[in-house]
Amino acid sequence: MKKGLIALIIFLGALVAFPLIFQDPFPRHTLIMIMLYAAMGIGWNIIGGYTGQVSFGNAAFFGVGAYATAIMLVNFGITPWLGMLVGCVFSVALAIIVGYPCFRLQGHYFAIATIAVGEIMLLVFTNWEYAGAAVGIYMPILPESFMNFEFHTSKLPYYYIILVIFVAAIGVCWFFERSRLGYYCRAIKEDPDGARSLGINIQRYKMIAFSISAIITSICGTFYAQYVLYIHPTSTMDLMMSIQLCIICLIGGLGKLYGPVIGAFVFIPLTELTRVYLGSEGQGVDLMIYSMLIIILAIWRPQGLWAIFTKGTAK
Amino acid sequence: MEGVFIQTLVSGLLIGFLYALIAVGLTMIFGMMDIVNFAHGDYLMVAMYFSFWFFALFGMDPLYSLPAVTLILFGLGILTYYLLIKPIINAPMLSQIFVTFGVLIFLRGLATFLWKVDYRMIPQTVLSGNIQLGDVYIGIPQLTAAAGAIICNGLVLWFLKKTRLGMALEAVAEDKEAARLMGINSDRMFALAWGIGIATVGVAGALLTSFYYVFPEVGANFGLIAFVVVALGGFGSVPGAFAAGIIVGLVEVLSGFLIGPQFKFMFVLILYLAVVFIRPQGLLGKK
Repeated sequence: MKKGLIALIIFLGALVAFPLIFQDPFPRHTLIMIMLYAAMGIGWNIIGGYTGQVSFGNAAFFGVGAYATAIMLVNFGITPWLGMLVGCVFSVALAIIVGYPCFRLQGHYFAIATIAVGEIMLLVFTNWEYAGAAVGIYMPILPESFMNFEFHTSKLPYYYIILVIFVAAIGVCWFFERSRLGYYCRAIKEDPDGARSLGINIQRYKMIAFSISAIITSICGTFYAQYVLYIHPTSTMDLMMSIQLCIICLIGGLGKLYGPVIGAFVFIPLTELTRVYLGSEGQGVDLMIYSMLIIILAIWRPQGLWAIFTKGTAK
Repeated sequence: MEGVFIQTLVSGLLIGFLYALIAVGLTMIFGMMDIVNFAHGDYLMVAMYFSFWFFALFGMDPLYSLPAVTLILFGLGILTYYLLIKPIINAPMLSQIFVTFGVLIFLRGLATFLWKVDYRMIPQTVLSGNIQLGDVYIGIPQLTAAAGAIICNGLVLWFLKKTRLGMALEAVAEDKEAARLMGINSDRMFALAWGIGIATVGVAGALLTSFYYVFPEVGANFGLIAFVVVALGGFGSVPGAFAAGIIVGLVEVLSGFLIGPQFKFMFVLILYLAVVFIRPQGLLGKK
């Protein structure tokens, strides 16, 4: 454990120092995306990895966070930080509305229901004139400041904001893992009937895990909206984004604290690199590589890459 | 107004038959081995590309290349089973979901890489044209597709209920161990189920190419619709899928007609949610 803590401190130190050493926009951008997806992956891992409820609709929370922020900023001039909070409230509300009926479903039924919910959200936002419909929303260009959550000259402030979000997500997951809630959730994954017979309110703990997942993902949505300053339905709520979150967790290790972190460090650079080196000619190549990776992992090593580092034993 | 309404109903009915055909393979595989093939719609996409390229390269009409496409997809189904599904047949559900999802991503990635995201369509086929019945126009390709879907679904049902091989297949679905004691090789039966299940998508894809665009994501919506059909009809029920296909087709066109075409897909998805919440076993499924 002590070794793990030292490794974590070195890792975080390296992340803090990274943008000071690499001052070009590209490496900074890549690392911002890695941390963004790692944080969202941690969010997915809490419901999908620890609790075993495969959600293909988590992008909806990302979208809700992004849209809540954008709509409040554009229409009412409210600071994105408050938008972040409101996004979280809406995301939790959505998680409860969706989770209440859906968590009674099992396995495939649940997974397909989350796809349906995600697609419905996508369609609603694509046709909702107030939210910019298919065109999306352009953020107003405001003076650079922390309150405005906009920085135009350098990516550095964005980098440190997402670093804080990323570390906070790790912290939340760390506490979750060790809390009573975390044990309940793992029990629900391993043996729902057994958990129920021990008096665990399955529905309730699934909902709590889903809400935590929603909050983390929603905060990432707010960050994305302010980082890119332009959002539209397919960039924030696409099914493919939900799938990417699952891929990240599966690559790194389901239900492991550092699983999504490893997953994001493998996944995002590969996406960025194929885009840079293969250009539009190589469109789809990254998808083929990941899909083969997840098929091989799912068949031979369901514990993910993390298990290779920790000499994990097969289940 | 009335004419438009009837026109809408007819087109919903016609597309409904095709939905039933797309869903039949999905429900068969699920009913037999409790595995949901998330890549189902993407096999449809593959079939459509084969149809398209038979036309583009050899000038073969989708209708004439249909047997070849069906055979190729049959082989692809068997290959998928032995390569990917057999190793995870007893694995946790999570692994099963990820493997078939992996296939989905792979097929979409491959199609995007090979053929880009362009929309392709065959401009003129032997079936092009309309027939007029009173105020109602019926596209010949759509009519042919519906007829083909009915025939193909009938064949699958006949095969399962009336032939020795089909009954062996159902026996394995019923009780794998008992079937094994009767000398049925369950492994081969599973492979056969995958072959037939994917081949039916091949037929659907070939029929669809006569009047629909081909692009890498084409399977996404059709795949989701197939899930809705299977859930509504009851997971594993072939006749259920048939009835449900028609219902889904009608729901789609009616919501498009009454509320707005951009929302028709949404109501199909809402139908899925309503079914799994209210009657999880579907119309004709066993609980």
